[in-house]
Amino acid sequence: MRRASRLLGLLVLWLVGVRRKSRDEEAEAERIVETAPAAPRAELLVVALLLGAAACAAAFIVFYAIDDLPSHTQLLGLALGLCFAFLAATFIVASRRLVPIEEIEEDYPEEHLPDQEELQQVVGESGTRITRKRLLAAAAGTAGGAVALAALTPALSLGPALDVDPLYRTPWRRGRRLVDRDGRPLRAADVESATFYTAYPEGASTDTVGAPLVVVRIPAGELALPADRRDWAVDGIVAYSKICTHAGCAVSLYRKPTFPPVQPRPALVCPCHYSTFDPARAGRVLFGPAGRALPQLPLMLDRRDGLRAAGNFSGPVGPSWWGVRMKRARS
Amino acid sequence: MVGRSDEASALVIRSAVRFVDSRSGAAPFLRKALRYVFPDHWSFLLGEVALYSFLVLVVTGVFLTLFFEPSLEQTVYHGSYGPLRGAEVSEAYRSVVDISFDVRAGLLIRQTHHWAANVFVAAIVLHLLRVFFTGAFRKPREVTYLVGLLMLFTVLPEGYLGYSMVDDLLSGMGLAIGYAVAQSVPFVGANLALLLWGAPYPGDTSFMSRMFIAHVLIFPVVIGALLGLHLTLVASRHHTQFRRRGHQSERRVLGLPTLPGYAPRSLGLLFAVAAVLFLLGGLVQINPIWQWGPYHIGDGTNGAQPDWYLGWLIGALRLVPDFDVTIGSYTLVPNPFWGGALFPLVVLIVLAVYPWVERRRTGDRENHNVLDRPRDAPGRTAFGAGFLAWVLVVFFAGSMDRAEVAFGLSYELQVWVYRVLTVVAPVVVYFLVKRVCRGLQKSEQIEREQEAAEAEARAARV
Repeated sequence: MRRASRLLGLLVLWLVGVRRKSRDEEAEAERIVETAPAAPRAELLVVALLLGAAACAAAFIVFYAIDDLPSHTQLLGLALGLCFAFLAATFIVASRRLVPIEEIEEDYPEEHLPDQEELQQVVGESGTRITRKRLLAAAAGTAGGAVALAALTPALSLGPALDVDPLYRTPWRRGRRLVDRDGRPLRAADVESATFYTAYPEGASTDTVGAPLVVVRIPAGELALPADRRDWAVDGIVAYSKICTHAGCAVSLYRKPTFPPVQPRPALVCPCHYSTFDPARAGRVLFGPAGRALPQLPLMLDRRDGLRAAGNFSGPVGPSWWGVRMKRARS
Repeated sequence: MVGRSDEASALVIRSAVRFVDSRSGAAPFLRKALRYVFPDHWSFLLGEVALYSFLVLVVTGVFLTLFFEPSLEQTVYHGSYGPLRGAEVSEAYRSVVDISFDVRAGLLIRQTHHWAANVFVAAIVLHLLRVFFTGAFRKPREVTYLVGLLMLFTVLPEGYLGYSMVDDLLSGMGLAIGYAVAQSVPFVGANLALLLWGAPYPGDTSFMSRMFIAHVLIFPVVIGALLGLHLTLVASRHHTQFRRRGHQSERRVLGLPTLPGYAPRSLGLLFAVAAVLFLLGGLVQINPIWQWGPYHIGDGTNGAQPDWYLGWLIGALRLVPDFDVTIGSYTLVPNPFWGGALFPLVVLIVLAVYPWVERRRTGDRENHNVLDRPRDAPGRTAFGAGFLAWVLVVFFAGSMDRAEVAFGLSYELQVWVYRVLTVVAPVVVYFLVKRVCRGLQKSEQIEREQEAAEAEARAARV
């Protein structure tokens, strides 16, 4: 009990800190750290900085507690940031003025040659009993490889790694109606030229790679589809997959010719890497990194002037993979 | 006169040291650690800035984890941000908007986390440049360098995953690109992408939980392990240093000991980094996802840019001309592979093998504790500068769309200029830097000779 109270007393004294006298004059041969004169003003500066940090921390708590403060995030960040700035200043002043500044040196580590030799010996001698080293190594390699393969096999449960069929599928088929995001049917009369429309398949998820379309109207005489796609347009209206064949972003820029002599045709542009496609010529790539034309969707009209798909896309939608040119898109 | 407080503090120190040593036996180790020598140069602090940013990332990240909902289940937003009310969004997106508007101090922590990620990568890259151009990677520190390099290439996807989990429009576009790059790997791309994503993207909701566990557990653990290894190796071989006159710098390391000199200075740096990050987090807006809106594959936006450290990849993806390599109907190399996968792979491999290539080329198998100044090794400096120029040209190509908007430069013209620059700039920079290094060396030699001549003349006069 008495010891404890003595310790406590010492601790309090230590905390309050009766101002020390510098011990410079005392000859202490066994010192490790160099001596340096006391710096009472730096001490006071550090105390002030610490109190600043405390004040900012307190301000942070106060700001946190007041709910309807304007610029809440800014004030919180300012309080916490300044608190840390005060602490940073504290330690920087302390490192420059409050502790002895000394340079010391030390040898760089050398290699441990005797240990190396012993290691070599132990490893080498441990194997001297083995006669068919190559056979054993081959067997161990076989076992290691097989075990590693077996350990990796369950990773196949993550996804349909061997079945790439889903990549060819889209929700479009003959007769499916084109609707907007809210499900309203798109009518041919609604489609104006010099802009583009986004359409989705009626009754299917809008959030699959095969769903979104860009629909544009090309002025008469400018449309130049290949012979086998002559009837894919309706009144000059053509539809393409909205997903860029380069990296799968939505083709969401429509470049109208601002100066027709230089830019004779409108173009569809992807904002990610600026692949540029020609809607008048079957989605052919005009510029940018895409390696394939935009897949085109054949269109037809129903009796109420509504746009409908007349089949599936001219090719698989979305970014390329090894099999993208092997099969057509399927419903 | 010795004050009583000195006795008291001596007592406290003694009992603390005794307690620690008798329970752990750590006294010999700690004695060395407290007197570990830190050579002094401003550029040695870059690694520490990275370390302390990582610390801030972990602390702020833990807070965010408690509020983030890693789910792509669709829900209708009803929170306090008016313009989004009634929008169909994923739980992930909703929870991050809630962190920003309805969790107290949430926006501060979220923005600080994002800023810390940007500063973290920047500090690592600058640290790498310092290590490269001073030859700090040479024997016996090649493994330390390699571990650091691996850390950089683990941090890049970690950052990408971090902003991809939010499921806002930009992160969805970024993920679509990542998916396309995975799918573009020759022979196995489609299988790899389907395996990682679980289904064609977008579509399967399981991918969100995979990203989440990767971002908050797998990658941080890997980074932490590499960090531990990196620091252990650094300490075991000791820091490198610049040469000092009149000192056997190659054999003996000279600098500040941990105590009393270095520890407070480093703590000062820790708090300075924290101060900058929290001030940025509080005062400078970053990634306002409520303005981007939720991701739906049919949506896109112009001016889409990733975080800065992926700028070189978007630049590379943009510069490649429009072709897929095909054999008949088999697509051998889909286009995104070049810029999105091969380019970073080449950069990684070149940087990884460089220490051994240089050893081979110079035949230098000695230990090197003294750093080169860049001019001391013109070959290395020129190669490094040329290589850096190559990556930087591609990096700036990532901003072509913004340059078009800001300065009215034609995008297509810029593409062609950058394509030419990727070939020309590295060569020009290589020869230019080599010349500059040689010139600096020569002028130093002349100075030295003059000094020697003057000294001789003075001696003769005396």
